[in-house]
Amino acid sequence: MLQSTCPPLTIEGLTKFYGQTLAVGPLSFSLSAGSTTGLLGGNGAGKTTTIGMIMGLIEPTQGRIRVFGHDMARERLDVLGRMNFESPYVDMPHRLTVRQNLRVFARLYGVEDINGKIARLASDLALKDFLDRRNGSLSAGQKTRVALAKALINDPELLLLDEPTASLDPDTADWVRGYLEAHRRDRGCTILLASHNMSEVERLCDRVIMLRAGRLIDDASPGALLARYRRDRLEDVFLDVARGRTKDVSEAAS
Amino acid sequence: MRARAAFSLNRVGAMIERYTYLLRSSWPRLLEMIYWPAMQMFTWGFMQNYLLGLQTQGKANGAVMAAGALIGAVLLWDILLRGQQGFSFAFLEEMWSRNIANLLMSPLRPVELILSLMAMSLIRLVASVLPVALMAMLFFGFNLWSLGLAFWAFFAVLILFAWSVGLIVSGILLRYGLGTENLVWSLMFVIQPLGCVYYPVAVLPSWLQKVCWALPPTYVFEGLRGLLVSHVLRTDLMLTGLAIDAVLFAAATFGFFRLMASARRSGGLLQTGE
Repeated sequence: MLQSTCPPLTIEGLTKFYGQTLAVGPLSFSLSAGSTTGLLGGNGAGKTTTIGMIMGLIEPTQGRIRVFGHDMARERLDVLGRMNFESPYVDMPHRLTVRQNLRVFARLYGVEDINGKIARLASDLALKDFLDRRNGSLSAGQKTRVALAKALINDPELLLLDEPTASLDPDTADWVRGYLEAHRRDRGCTILLASHNMSEVERLCDRVIMLRAGRLIDDASPGALLARYRRDRLEDVFLDVARGRTKDVSEAAS
Repeated sequence: MRARAAFSLNRVGAMIERYTYLLRSSWPRLLEMIYWPAMQMFTWGFMQNYLLGLQTQGKANGAVMAAGALIGAVLLWDILLRGQQGFSFAFLEEMWSRNIANLLMSPLRPVELILSLMAMSLIRLVASVLPVALMAMLFFGFNLWSLGLAFWAFFAVLILFAWSVGLIVSGILLRYGLGTENLVWSLMFVIQPLGCVYYPVAVLPSWLQKVCWALPPTYVFEGLRGLLVSHVLRTDLMLTGLAIDAVLFAAATFGFFRLMASARRSGGLLQTGE
């Protein structure tokens, strides 16, 4: 079990404008160690921008992000080795084999027993059959498992996942969700999961942050959200939020 | 096993390993590194032979000076061009494969990325210019290594300038996306007429000469002609070239980091397409 004295992630007043357009914020929340939190919202809700800002790939207009107590604006290099991510907007070199890609990232993250680590990930994520095939020749499901292996290469304490099962068939998606569940349980890492897949969020997350047009609309456990919106399915809650059929956040929270 | 913020040669090595895998996996990339410099060298080598023939027959005179320096200029120009392209292509590969966010989110520091690009530029140079230099010796009797210490002075001035251009091009790619990738191929060709690769600075209009003297390659190609004609290495030219290089390299590094910061503000690092 990984331990840390500071919260894995704290966000205060996070805001992003593109020109005059508000993309995100102001957004404030904190993640507790070992939790899985879903960042839920429709297209354009600001999920990817929020994840991008946490990763340090997008500069916030205002606000502060702290990862394990480190200010990401000034100390991101001190903490990047303790986190990792997977996103459909990012790929790995197609001409390199899976093994070569994982080897390069293992070195970048300072992994000591590289061959042992790759062997373990290959076994856990069922990569053995295509470990020496080029990344570009893999199916979408295989690529997702490789991307997941890259995201876990450094045993991250904070794992950011942006729609990890997008474009996967139901069987592979279910397998990936099962793996993530087991990984969180076994390793105790903190997961922030951006998704608009309700069954995924219901299954994996113990907390859901709902976004619409970049703003935080609600923040509660899946069960509490269902009760608050008097719905049986999270999908209906999502539709209520996406279509603006919500009470004021403060009212909803009370 | 936690990566620290300190500079790491291991991470530079990891990036070199990544680019080496790529080169090894692609014969067109390997072939491309050699065939174009070889074509250039043969074209200008035969031109040099032709001009030397005219001199022997007494049909030409002034052109002969240039002819003596022609093939040397071609080889040094390739060092400049290939040095920049080796740097920029390695960076471009990250953009093509949509891998740049993976790298910038990893503990890899930007300075380590830059160092690995420089190293790849040198590796690609050795792979492309070395065989061509040997061919020049074999077919045209021009021994680049016979320039001795002067060669290394020329090399230092040229490679620093190549990296400066590579840095700026990479920064532009990062900020404005793959729509600007043609700069990787074409920007250095703007330098060719102004760097006076094949002719002396003196043949240009005086106002243009001032522009030329602001560019480090001009000092190399003037120095090469001086060396081949007078057998004297103008150290003053080399030192001035290096001094300008130092300023340009510092400015290019600053520019690269500014463009990267701008890409972070615009959100371009997550979407590195056109």
